[in-house]
Amino acid sequence: MSSYLFVVIGAVLVNNVVFIRILGLCPFMGVSKKLETAVGMGVATTFVLTLGAGTSYLIDHYLLAPYDLGYLRTLAFIVVIAAIVQFTELVIQKTSPVLHQVLGIYLPLITTNCAVLGVPLLNVGLGHDLLQSLLFGFGSSLGFTLALVLFAGIRERLDGADVPLPFKGTAIAMITAGFMSLAFMGFAGLDRFH
Amino acid sequence: MLTALLIMAGIAVVLGAVLGYAAIRFKVEGDPLVEKIDAILPQTQCGQCGYPGCKPYAQAIANGEADINQCPPGGEEGIRKLADLLGREFKSLSEEHGVEKPKSAAFIDEHTCIGCTLCIQACPVDAIVGAAKQMHTVVAPLCTGCELCLAPCPVDCITMVPVGETVSTWKWRYPVIGIRPETRRAA
Repeated sequence: MSSYLFVVIGAVLVNNVVFIRILGLCPFMGVSKKLETAVGMGVATTFVLTLGAGTSYLIDHYLLAPYDLGYLRTLAFIVVIAAIVQFTELVIQKTSPVLHQVLGIYLPLITTNCAVLGVPLLNVGLGHDLLQSLLFGFGSSLGFTLALVLFAGIRERLDGADVPLPFKGTAIAMITAGFMSLAFMGFAGLDRFH
Repeated sequence: MLTALLIMAGIAVVLGAVLGYAAIRFKVEGDPLVEKIDAILPQTQCGQCGYPGCKPYAQAIANGEADINQCPPGGEEGIRKLADLLGREFKSLSEEHGVEKPKSAAFIDEHTCIGCTLCIQACPVDAIVGAAKQMHTVVAPLCTGCELCLAPCPVDCITMVPVGETVSTWKWRYPVIGIRPETRRAA
């Protein structure tokens, strides 16, 4: 039981997708200008990533591994994830218009989020079972959301700060992201959660 | 090699089928009532009802935010049709939103026009053609007679010319004597 907890905490803090694994930087820089959009993107990613991690495990375990087709993983995972995103969007639009309004514009963007592809591939590499894969996906997306929300909060403050001219805008955001990444390295001290 | 092809093809076919089914099963239709109301409105996009166009007004009627008698270009006939569709009582046109006028089209006096393009920007249906410092003119069949181009013109060269009835524009009048018993309409 505790090993599952370690998977989640490890994915959220110790091996944070954004700050330590440096995955999913496009939405991290792109959607973090405002706190609300950051939260929306985070929730949508959590949804897709957890589902994607589970289905990718099933595809890998029952379709690819028995026939020794490991080299098809990237291709198969991309196809499956894209289909899941489309399917979820259709279902959400029908069943919950409110949720669709919140997540609507972010869902299609997630298809091309490399964290969503990276996490299933990592799952295979780390030899996770189904539950561990799901938890790892969920933990990673929580870590992604955490990074996005923290960063959005800082960027909102940065807008009002007196930044030297050469550092204004994206430059200071990049530097901030670098510092946050350094700070997250401190969690490596929790090394039993690896 | 063959297994790889078969498996990828299999995945693609299954996912395609699922998505295709989902697209039909979870299809979202627009609100049919709004569409029906919008079909009755005259599509002048004139904004006299207080909404930015006919579709927003239709939406507002469907949501119960607006009354049915705010559309001067639609006139009494339009209100009557709306009342029938929504099962409400007929009301005469609300005076604060304007009066019913005969259907007319804008006409630009081309000798006075200075080519300022202000009326082109105001036209909601792109019925005015012309370029900066060139004479403008109205494409009469497209003009809805909304009068939105009158106000911005700095030289007042636009007039509204009533569209006379010709063989091709004449249509049946709404019956003066109601065909249905008065009691039913009152109810």
